[in-house]
Amino acid sequence: MIESLQHLPPATATHAALADRFTDLAPSLTARQAAIESARCLYCYDAPCTRACPTGIDVASFIRNIHDQNVTGAAIGILKQNIFGGACSRVCPTEILCEDACVRNNVLEAQPVKIGLLQRHAIDNAHFDTHPFQRAPATGKTVAVVGAGPAGLACAHRLAMLGHDVVVFEAREKSGGLNEYGIAKYKLPGDFAQREVDFLLSIGGIEVRHGHILGVNLQLQDLHTRYDAVFLGIGLGASRRLGLTGEDAPGLSAAVDYISTLRQAQDLAALPVPRRAIVIGAGNTAIDMAVQLKRLGADEVTLVYRRGVEAMSATGHEIEIAKQNFVHMRTWAAPLEVLLDAAGRVRGMRFEETRMEAGRLAGTGAIVEIAADAVFKAIGQTMGKSGDGGSLDDPLARELERDAGSDKIHVDSFFRTALPGVYAGGDCVAPGQDLTVQAVQHGKMAALAIHGDIQSISSTSFAAGA
Amino acid sequence: MADLSIDFCGIKSPNPFWLASAPPTDKAYNVVRAFEAGWGGVVWKTLGEDPPAVNVSSRYSALHGKNREVIGFNNIELITDRSLEINLREITAVKKAWPDRAMVVSMMLPCEEAPWRDILPLVEPTGADGIELNFGCPHGMPERGMGAAVGQQPDLIELVTRWCKMYTRLPVMVKLTPNITDVRAPARAALAGGADAVSLINTINSITHLDLDRMVAYPIVGGASTHGGYCGTAVKPIALNMVAEIARDPVTRGLPISGIGGIGNWRDAAEFIALGAGSVQVCTAAMLHGFRIVEEMKDGLSRWMDSKGYENIAAFSRKAVPNTTDWKYLDMNYQVIAHIDQDKCIGCGRCHVACEDTSHQAVARLVEGNARRYEIIDAECVGCNLCEITCPVEGCITMVPQQTGKPYMNWTQDARNPRAEVALDEV
Repeated sequence: MIESLQHLPPATATHAALADRFTDLAPSLTARQAAIESARCLYCYDAPCTRACPTGIDVASFIRNIHDQNVTGAAIGILKQNIFGGACSRVCPTEILCEDACVRNNVLEAQPVKIGLLQRHAIDNAHFDTHPFQRAPATGKTVAVVGAGPAGLACAHRLAMLGHDVVVFEAREKSGGLNEYGIAKYKLPGDFAQREVDFLLSIGGIEVRHGHILGVNLQLQDLHTRYDAVFLGIGLGASRRLGLTGEDAPGLSAAVDYISTLRQAQDLAALPVPRRAIVIGAGNTAIDMAVQLKRLGADEVTLVYRRGVEAMSATGHEIEIAKQNFVHMRTWAAPLEVLLDAAGRVRGMRFEETRMEAGRLAGTGAIVEIAADAVFKAIGQTMGKSGDGGSLDDPLARELERDAGSDKIHVDSFFRTALPGVYAGGDCVAPGQDLTVQAVQHGKMAALAIHGDIQSISSTSFAAGA
Repeated sequence: MADLSIDFCGIKSPNPFWLASAPPTDKAYNVVRAFEAGWGGVVWKTLGEDPPAVNVSSRYSALHGKNREVIGFNNIELITDRSLEINLREITAVKKAWPDRAMVVSMMLPCEEAPWRDILPLVEPTGADGIELNFGCPHGMPERGMGAAVGQQPDLIELVTRWCKMYTRLPVMVKLTPNITDVRAPARAALAGGADAVSLINTINSITHLDLDRMVAYPIVGGASTHGGYCGTAVKPIALNMVAEIARDPVTRGLPISGIGGIGNWRDAAEFIALGAGSVQVCTAAMLHGFRIVEEMKDGLSRWMDSKGYENIAAFSRKAVPNTTDWKYLDMNYQVIAHIDQDKCIGCGRCHVACEDTSHQAVARLVEGNARRYEIIDAECVGCNLCEITCPVEGCITMVPQQTGKPYMNWTQDARNPRAEVALDEV
């Protein structure tokens, strides 16, 4: 996946030494810390934290259960709303969600309850003899889900709970989507993502078929005909391009590709590691990329963004992580040109300094050059166009109505696409933010919509989605 | 600085803080450490007839709060498990070394005249300042006809107190058990027997919690348990009420009271003194934190007294007694209404759900987009204080007295009372 970096030297440290740098970023709470922290929860009524959670977890209730030493009950309360409660407790930007809303975050205290860490404590310490959720009596319906990421699997799990059978079609070798391939290794270390998928699948009634790529060896038309409903949780397949010459030169690659390779690497020491690197972007993926390069041993990693820090989509918490890992931040600089050496490989990048002029971003004419052996793009992903291996090479999928002003699949408030019987959720649709927790909610809500729709088809003659 | 010294029924003490008869006052080593820390006096752990009592293992248990703070404490220890001779020798030595501190000796003997007649004369030569009769211990000893078994029978209290007054010149303080319906009866009996003072409360019969795996209560002895005596913060409200009952009873009014029960800081002490106590006794707080707490207690009390202009303990002693009355004399025309300071409100909704579910539906929840605003519905508010109590922010909800324009009128004068003592036209 990162052929363009094969000329770079491998990491200088051993695999074991590197692996130590990719263990859990934030330590979990001890039982004692969880007891103290849970005692801080005020058990709010109509709690703001729950309203701020995209999946609507009853935070006050699970924290009270932790405090009352009913950790398994706490975990079930979380998983009932969010079957990916474990991953979300590690990757959710809680500082802009539940913990931002916490009433203890008021001016006098400025110290929210550590909801994310408590959620993780509950999930990590719960004990289940069997899968905690029971399936409803079989409905005889089978639903196809495309994509085994958080949206697709959350949808599949809820459908299975409701008594339907589910077949999940996944392009890659492993399930989990971004949890498996896209999150910084120190946030979801080890085989956490796979264990979570195994737990989810243990409800039964869900079959996952790997190596099925929509538009390649999987046709939406076929699924639409053969299954009672189809859910598309296909994510975003294509990395945005910088639109500069030299974009395909050795040394330039997409951050998501490198992160995916890093996460799957059996031998971290074999990864190509640039001595100096530039990461272009301002989101959490850009931070993940820059920090992981530092941890792999890169000397200098510069994160370049064309606007100021305040406009970065990465949260304050993420930016803090970057600083702690000695990532350089270069703001107000827009990419101008990829600089190549005599062999045609990346040797750096040229930027133009920017500033705001009358409310618009404008170049100042001042030029900055940063030397680098590698450049990583983390400027977002798109659905991709037909023919570039993106998500929508499928002829029927290509025809699905898109949102105005973006290429995301248009859905109604029940996650129905314009095509009756086809639903979509996760990063490939617009509502909410591109967060794991948001994708889980989409999948869950779509499952409820599918359940209602296919049940009503069988009990009445009304068409779904009409 | 305010003068903290007291003269309690003839017993002088540099401050009102005494250690109650309990493990902290079990022997010279502890008592000397207490005096070094600054305690004004001690009540030496209860002396009895030889052979001394024998204790079991384990002995204590506790009720914990959310942060493992101890709310209530329970013990099944008996009176001293050392010989009378050793105790008397140590009391003599300690009193000699610390002449300015109050040394009260707690005693428990069978309800027979002879033991009292024989042992009391041995106590006086120690130099002790007074004796306290342990009629309160609720566990173990009552099974042998002592402790609370005596304290629950006013005639026995009077009888034993009379013997004591007969066989010693020392002030006699009677320690009362709360395990009784009306604490005024034993207090009156003590007074009738000639007691110089009463002290209360002793501990309350209690079981704090269970081991649900072994199905046995704590503290566990082998595979079983027994009820103990409850003390600590949790019992303070019960103790305050009993102190007030005796302080305002026409029969016992003026009888010196040594207040005991959940006193852990200067504020607790001030409350007991304001409700009628002349000295206060502490045990649980010292057992949990050590003797050093007296330092903060003395400092806090004297600073508060300075801020209020109270030059000595007597200046505010019993000051809250006249304001403690029977329900029937409360003003039926008084009215408070809750007020929420919106600038302080953090939006937790506790006041709303509490009032909505369990009280008077007087806290409105206004949905403003994703925000919530909680407001008092004045017309529905009865002024119960529940919202103010459940609010986690100090000073956010206040109870505001209303100008009703109506005069004081109590239930005995109220026309709604079918047994009103005053006719409507007289109000």
